[in-house]
Amino acid sequence: MFAYLVRRLFLMFVTLFGISIVIFFLLRIVPGNIVDILFAAAGYVDPADKANLEKELGIDRPLIVQYWHWISGFLRGDFGFSYVSEKPALQEILPRIPITARLAGLALLFSASIGIPLGVISAVKQGTKLDYALRVVSLSGLSLPSFWLGLLILTASVAMFGQMPIFNPNPQTWLEAFATYAVPAAAVGFRSAALTMRITRSSMLEVLRQDYIRTARAKGASEAAVNYHHALKNAILPVITVIGIEAAFLIGGLIVTETVFNIPGVARFLVEAIRWRDYPIVQNLVMLIAVVVVFANFTVDMLYAVFDPRIRYTD
Amino acid sequence: MRSVWALAAMAALSVLTASTSTLAGEPKQGGVLRMYHRDSPGNASIHEGATYSLNVPFMPVFNNLVIYKQDVAQNSMDSIVPELAESWAWVNDNKTLTFKLRQGVKWHDGKPFTSADVKCTFDMLMGKAQQKFRQNPRKSWYDQVVDISTNGDSEVSFNLKRPQPSLLALLGSGYTPVYPCHVSPAEMRTHPIGTGPFKFVEFKANESIKLTRNPDYWRKGRPHLDGIEFTIIPNRSTAILAFVAGKFDMAFPTEVTIPLVKDVKSQAPNAICEIAPTNVSTNIIVNSSSPPFDNVDIRRAMAMALDRKAFISIMFEGQGDIGGTMLPPPNGLWGMPKEMLETIPGYGPDVKANREEAKKLMQKAGYGPDKHLAVKVSTRNIPIYRDPAVILIDQLKTIYIDGELDVVETANWFPKVARKDYMIGLNLTGNAVDDPDQSFYENYSCGSERNYTNYCNKEIEKLFDVQSQETNVEKRRKLVWDIDKKLQEDVARPIIFHSRMGSCWQPYVKGITVMTNSSYNGYRYEDVWLDK
Repeated sequence: MFAYLVRRLFLMFVTLFGISIVIFFLLRIVPGNIVDILFAAAGYVDPADKANLEKELGIDRPLIVQYWHWISGFLRGDFGFSYVSEKPALQEILPRIPITARLAGLALLFSASIGIPLGVISAVKQGTKLDYALRVVSLSGLSLPSFWLGLLILTASVAMFGQMPIFNPNPQTWLEAFATYAVPAAAVGFRSAALTMRITRSSMLEVLRQDYIRTARAKGASEAAVNYHHALKNAILPVITVIGIEAAFLIGGLIVTETVFNIPGVARFLVEAIRWRDYPIVQNLVMLIAVVVVFANFTVDMLYAVFDPRIRYTD
Repeated sequence: MRSVWALAAMAALSVLTASTSTLAGEPKQGGVLRMYHRDSPGNASIHEGATYSLNVPFMPVFNNLVIYKQDVAQNSMDSIVPELAESWAWVNDNKTLTFKLRQGVKWHDGKPFTSADVKCTFDMLMGKAQQKFRQNPRKSWYDQVVDISTNGDSEVSFNLKRPQPSLLALLGSGYTPVYPCHVSPAEMRTHPIGTGPFKFVEFKANESIKLTRNPDYWRKGRPHLDGIEFTIIPNRSTAILAFVAGKFDMAFPTEVTIPLVKDVKSQAPNAICEIAPTNVSTNIIVNSSSPPFDNVDIRRAMAMALDRKAFISIMFEGQGDIGGTMLPPPNGLWGMPKEMLETIPGYGPDVKANREEAKKLMQKAGYGPDKHLAVKVSTRNIPIYRDPAVILIDQLKTIYIDGELDVVETANWFPKVARKDYMIGLNLTGNAVDDPDQSFYENYSCGSERNYTNYCNKEIEKLFDVQSQETNVEKRRKLVWDIDKKLQEDVARPIIFHSRMGSCWQPYVKGITVMTNSSYNGYRYEDVWLDK
């Protein structure tokens, strides 16, 4: 077990090192840097001013020196300063993480709580009008881009209620806070819900044809018991896997949703930081996400090894 | 008897109505003006930027020496009033501009304002101070200033190489606030300190900018508002919907397009929207240093192929202006009259005839129906740049030029232009001040940093100086017309059109004046109040 742990740890650090290289150099491959953008905003280019600014920000130094400066700072917890706001990068990143986390959590909850029950109903009622209707809904969920859905919700809210559910930074009540996140979470979670529903349906259909389901029915178990106790329990595994993968994909949807609903979360912030070539923000934020994902994988691997000894012996 | 009562009732009613209307016209104190902001400015230092994304939220923090009167729509010499200066005088054969400064003014951190602050600010702008701005885009505005001298704490003089009457116009711009000596340029980028009607509270990038009332403001009874809050909403659809839904008292000024103004008026009929010129021209930058546009015939043919009305009708539903470099009248003070404009090749009303002429020039240069000229039309990847570039490509087809759109990210635009890595480009030029000195020197002067095409004509350069020194306005205007005409005939930077944009606010917002010949100077907001 110890050897397995060491091997996994070693692989984790190699992976993180590789990711740090990719993040760092990919950012530098993108044409233009913060100085170009600042001068573009000022509408002129003065080579001397430009050189001074590049020197001040340290982006005139050799790439390897810049990389070492960044990664050693990251390991010490010194994330540097945002090129744009000139505030500590950590101070810019940290307050935005809970906002996006809440939104993502609520979107996943929406996805699971809508997608799984509707998927089960669709499978159980296979071939009926209800099944067709639900399949149309799920197909439209997959087809509608979340930015369009978001704008549609905003336009409809203004037209029908004269109100608009955009982000309220200081909600007074719990309900207001919920409303602040619920609508955008539904907009971004709709696609995930549709996918979850389709996976649940197909998985359930497969399970419902198994022999043990027939046996359960023959033993006189009720339809509800068969569907939810026997079938769903076994059909849920691929659904959970898909929800897990969707959680990672959510960030893409959140960028758009945070923009449309004007939510000051980390996803929109990341895009803005990329637009400004704000290296300290982008590098550290992406690296933080990578660390979280790699650590999560490492923990899962360890748990697998704990529960299934074959893994630690064969790996 | 009944009629007597009726008369008395009518009289009472009219007195009541009159008193109510008087009350409604009197500014009310208090309230926070909520406005959305179109994007997150890079920093908070007006002197280091060249976008009115900075002026709108941060102009209320500062004062200038002089300012364009905020309730007069057209900026002119006549509308310049003292601000931190109490008075000014031209002396020494118009080569010295002396200001008497207001006494008792305090910076937002409590320190007193003195002539040293004025000297510091302009020394930095001229690049003569020890402290430097990270960027100094308007350094050329002060090319004629030799130095700044002070006489005690309350007098300051700008000593010039030669007379330059329009220096006063430049000092009145929203781009010319006075900065405190005791605060570094770096601090001014993150936490600006001014003497203005509002104090800076916080700037959260991509989120919000907050200002609060300055209770010690030198102008008694101002500002009326308790504060101003800008919520940054880069998505235009979301921003406009939020304004329609009443989340904001005001839309970002001069940012509502003509079709969107219609939308706003249909969804919020009570909203007040004004459409005005922005003094931003859409123009073509031509790389005349390499083939094929080193050939003057091809440059002229291109300028003659333009159907300016089509641009305006497609992009602004007919609400735009055709002119030369200077904003056309009546809103512009220095633009050529229509009769003169139409004598310039390509400006005549008969587009078909112009294009026939253009085709002849192209044929002379060796192109025709069987041999088209392939060019790349470079522009920034922003709709206000991209859209006219597409129309331009379509129009150039009529004279055997096959254009291909080359969209460039903002980060790469100026470096690309600076290294002359383009054939023709679609560009926008904003003028902070409706004055020829700002426009001519900045965009057409040999060696100017913003003269992207490196157009350099020594004869015209001399004329720039002649008009700049002329104190007789009418004489100067005629000189300016001649220069502008020559610039268009030289195809220095063909002007396609001058845009107009809308500004919208809720009916209870009072004291807003949309300036009609600049979108950079009208955001002090000390006279704005909420009739709620």
